[in-house]
Amino acid sequence: MQPTLRARKNSLNPGGFYWFWYLLPALLLYTVFMAYPMLDSIRLSLYTGTTGQRVYAGLANYLRLFTDPVVSVRFWNAFKNTWVFFAFHMLVQNVLGMLFAVVLTSRTMKGRKIYQTIIFIPCTIAVMVSGYLFRLLLNPQFAGPSLRAMGLSFLVRPWLGDPGTALNVVSLVSVWQWVGIPTMMFVAGLQGVAEDLLEAADIAGCNAWQAFRYIKLPLIMPVVGMIAILTFVSNFNAFDVVYAMTGPSGPPNYATDLIGSLFYCYGVAGEHPIGIPEPGVGAAISTAVFVMLLLGVLPTLRATQGKE
Amino acid sequence: MAREKTRGSVGGARLKRMNLPGHLLMLVWAFVVLLPVYLLVVNALKTRVGMYSDPFALPSPLTLDNFRAIINQGNFFMYFTNSLVVVILSLGAILLMGSLAGYGLAHWKSKAARGLYFFFIIGMMLPIKIATIRLMELMKLLGLFNQLWSIILVYTAMGLPIAVFVLTEFIRGLPGDLYEAAHMDGARRGKIYLSVVLPLIKPALATVGIYNLVPIWNDLWFPLIFITQEDKKTVLLAVTKLQGQYTTDWPKVFALLTLSALPVIILYLSMSKQFVTGLTAGAVKG
Repeated sequence: MQPTLRARKNSLNPGGFYWFWYLLPALLLYTVFMAYPMLDSIRLSLYTGTTGQRVYAGLANYLRLFTDPVVSVRFWNAFKNTWVFFAFHMLVQNVLGMLFAVVLTSRTMKGRKIYQTIIFIPCTIAVMVSGYLFRLLLNPQFAGPSLRAMGLSFLVRPWLGDPGTALNVVSLVSVWQWVGIPTMMFVAGLQGVAEDLLEAADIAGCNAWQAFRYIKLPLIMPVVGMIAILTFVSNFNAFDVVYAMTGPSGPPNYATDLIGSLFYCYGVAGEHPIGIPEPGVGAAISTAVFVMLLLGVLPTLRATQGKE
Repeated sequence: MAREKTRGSVGGARLKRMNLPGHLLMLVWAFVVLLPVYLLVVNALKTRVGMYSDPFALPSPLTLDNFRAIINQGNFFMYFTNSLVVVILSLGAILLMGSLAGYGLAHWKSKAARGLYFFFIIGMMLPIKIATIRLMELMKLLGLFNQLWSIILVYTAMGLPIAVFVLTEFIRGLPGDLYEAAHMDGARRGKIYLSVVLPLIKPALATVGIYNLVPIWNDLWFPLIFITQEDKKTVLLAVTKLQGQYTTDWPKVFALLTLSALPVIILYLSMSKQFVTGLTAGAVKG
C-alpha cells in the first residue's frame, strides 16, 4: 500500500500557517453562526428583557424555571415527559433496531436489501409531515366507521386527545419514524464482526442468543454507545413531532409537552395568553439542556468508545 | 440468526436457513411502515366522499383535483422553490468551505491545527437549537430576519462540523505521492486543490451532501422562527398552515403532505445505498 498523507510528516508544507487561509471561511461561519451563539446563549440566561433593554438578573431565570409555581410546574412536567419519550426510544426503537439488524445480517437471510429500504423510508420524511399524517390517521373521524365495521372498534379512540395515551402515541410515532437509523448503524456494526469468530462459536455449540450476547453485542458496543448518545441528544431537542401531532404547547393539558416545545413556548413564541417571549427563560432552558447533554454524553462516550 | 448447524436433521437445517421468524418480523414491520404511506397517497387521490366511505380502499373514482388545487390555489411552487434554493445554497457552501478546511487541516500539522480541528468536531455532538435565542437576535441585528439567507447561514454552520470531519479524514487517507508529483510540477496549493483533491474526494462529498440534505430539507425549526413573510416560506411552513386552511377537506391535506414528502422519498428510493452510507456516516467514526 502506498503511504498516505497521514503517515507523512510534511508533504507540501513549507510555512504551515499558510494553511490557515484555507480554514478561514469555514471557521468564520461556524464561529459566528454556531459556536458563538451557543456560548452566548449561556450568558443570556443571566439576563432578563430583550435586546436594548437587557438587565443583568443573576440566577433569577433559573430560579423562575426551577421554583416559580407556574413556570416550574411546566418545566418539571416537560422534563418528566421528555424522559418518558426518551425511554420509548431506548427501549422500543433501539431494541427493535437491534433485533432488525440481527435478523438482517443473518448469513442466510434473503431479501435484506428490500427490507432495509422499507425500514428506512420514514427517516426521509419530514417529522412535520409524518406527524401531521398520523394526527389525521389517528383521528376517530378518519377511519372510525370503517374500523368499527371491521370489528376493530377498540382502535377507535381519541388517542391524541386523551392525556393518558397522548404522550405514548406521540412517542411511538417517533419510534416508527426513526427506527431505521439504529437499524442501519447496527447492521453496519454487525457486518464488521468477523465471520470466523461466529463459526468458532457455532462449533463450540453456542446458540443464537449466546452468540449475540457474548460475541456480537460486546463487539458493537461502540455503535450502541453512539446510538444512545444520538437518541439522547435528539430526544432532548425534539419539537417537530409535538408541534405537528398535538400542538406547540403540548396538549392535551401539557401531557405531550417536551423540553423542546417548552423552550419554543417560553423562549420563542411567548406563552399563550400573553404572547411575549422571555428570551432569558428560553436561554436558561437551553443551558439546562446543554448541561444535561454534557452530563449524559461524556460518561457514555467514555464507557463505550474505548480508550480514546 | 438461525445459523446452519452441522448436527441435527437435514430438514431442520433447511427450515432454519429459511429464517421464517425473521421474515415474519420483517413483513410485519414492512406492513407497519407502508400502511400509513399507502393511506397518505391513496387518500390524496380520492374525493371527499370517496375518502369517508372507505379510507382503506383504492381510489375509485381516482381524481387529481386535490393536487391541482394545491398547486394552483396555494403558492406551492413558490414554497418549493424557496426550499430548493435553501438546500442548494447551503449544501454548496458546506461542501466548498468544508473541503477547503479539510484540505488545510489535513496538511497543516501543528498544535493550532489540532485545536481548530477539535473545535469543529465538538459541533457534531452539540445541537444548534441551543443557540436559537442568540441567533434570533443576531439575525435581527444583521437585517436577515425574513430572508432565506438567515436559514442558509445557519444550515451551513450546522453542516460544517461533519463536513470538516469526514473530508479531513478522507483527504488524510489519500496517497501522499499524488501531492508530491503535483508539487514537483510546480503546482500551487490552490491548483492542487482544484485539480487533484476535488476530483478524488467526490465520494466523500457525496456522503457529506446526503448527510446534510435530508435534515436541511426537512427542518421546521429555523424557518418557523426566522421566516414569517409569505413569499419566503418553505414547503414545511406551508404544512404548518394546514390546521386553519383545509380543516374539512382532508384529501387536499393529504395531497399537500404527499407533495411535501415525495421529493425526498423518490430521491431516496433512486439512490438508497448512498443515502444509508450518508445518513449513518456519523456512527462509523473511528
